[in-house]
Amino acid sequence: MSEQQKKIRLATVWLGGCSGCHMSFLDLDERLIDLLEQVELVYGPLVDAKEFPQDVDICLVEGAVTNVENLELARTIRNNSKQVISFGDCAVTGNVTSMRNRIPVKDLLTAVYHEAQAPIGAESLKVLPALLKKALPLHQAVKVDIYLPGCPPAPERIATVVTALLNKQPVELQPEMRTFG
Amino acid sequence: MPVITLTINDELVSARSGQSILEACRDHDIQLPTLCYLDGLSARGGCRLCLVDVAGSPRLLPACTTEALENMVVTTHNEKIDRYRRMILELTFAERNHTCAVCVSNENCELQSLAAELGMDHVRYDYLNPELNLDTSHERYGVDHNRCLLCLRCVRVCDEVEGAHTWDVMGRGVESRVITDLNRPWGDSESCTDCGKCVEVCPTGALFDKGSSVAEMKKEASFLRRILDGREKRQWQR
Repeated sequence: MSEQQKKIRLATVWLGGCSGCHMSFLDLDERLIDLLEQVELVYGPLVDAKEFPQDVDICLVEGAVTNVENLELARTIRNNSKQVISFGDCAVTGNVTSMRNRIPVKDLLTAVYHEAQAPIGAESLKVLPALLKKALPLHQAVKVDIYLPGCPPAPERIATVVTALLNKQPVELQPEMRTFG
Repeated sequence: MPVITLTINDELVSARSGQSILEACRDHDIQLPTLCYLDGLSARGGCRLCLVDVAGSPRLLPACTTEALENMVVTTHNEKIDRYRRMILELTFAERNHTCAVCVSNENCELQSLAAELGMDHVRYDYLNPELNLDTSHERYGVDHNRCLLCLRCVRVCDEVEGAHTWDVMGRGVESRVITDLNRPWGDSESCTDCGKCVEVCPTGALFDKGSSVAEMKKEASFLRRILDGREKRQWQR
């Protein structure tokens, strides 16, 4: 077995969120160097893979499940990953992404793409993936193993969870590290 | 006042006759989570977080409204009670729109910190996402029904301490809302004295000082004990 194959396969995914959780992941700073010695980053906004790969060990999922594309990808993630982590408040609770849930989808799309003054207009609705009726927390779409709350989760929280997973220890966040918001 | 003896978590403790189980617990530094209870206001048993097991009772009882009795055997924490408390919090989060990240009370919220403390790391129920409004007609304060959990501290402090009874409740069950006067805009209220006690005792971001942005609303309910001691015991101290 080569050195490369022994590494833990880590994926990160950006669903319906603002990418703030990924920014916080980058704020691991020099800890990223140690992390990358132990893991192979196989998918996510930070790498160039187009398809979600097979045999992923750990997958951090940012964002709520808000359209059909998110839902399809969430199912692929679940099928192909040993451990799925709800990464940040949008994945855990729906958070800001779900604030649209009380507005009917048709009214929402009309307000944004037909009535608003914006460079992207109604023509884009033909290519955009259809919105689900409600933006869902990840665990309402697929089974989730670990919840990592925060908006965004502070780098210390991310480090605590990822370190425990890499060492195959149970993930236990202290109360001050598991607040929403 | 006669003293009684009861057992809490396998320890014999004494309490004054007439005290609630919650008061007896707090006197002995036994921690119980609460949201609707506030020292100085009447007990209501609304939030159900202080549920405890009382030997001989077929159901869990709220410690704040259950009188401590001689020879009572009380358990405040076990696997079942902890699980129920987390469920209660989950239902509370599911019922309204508690978006911590954009709330004025982020990082200073009793609901938010209780969820973390009791290990409620996600909500298993469907969020109701109700359509709720915000009333900012008052000159100094606002009410955001998205964050209200119907603890009714505002109603009680306004009636029992300020004596104005501006706040009350309309509707039933999940449709209940706190209202000012007879459901008129807060700013038009003739009974409101603008004292702000309701804002200070509110455990979440439901009542807030106007102008507060995300995480800026800090509240301080300790004034309540101070003014009540002055009023009832003639002890005035800061």
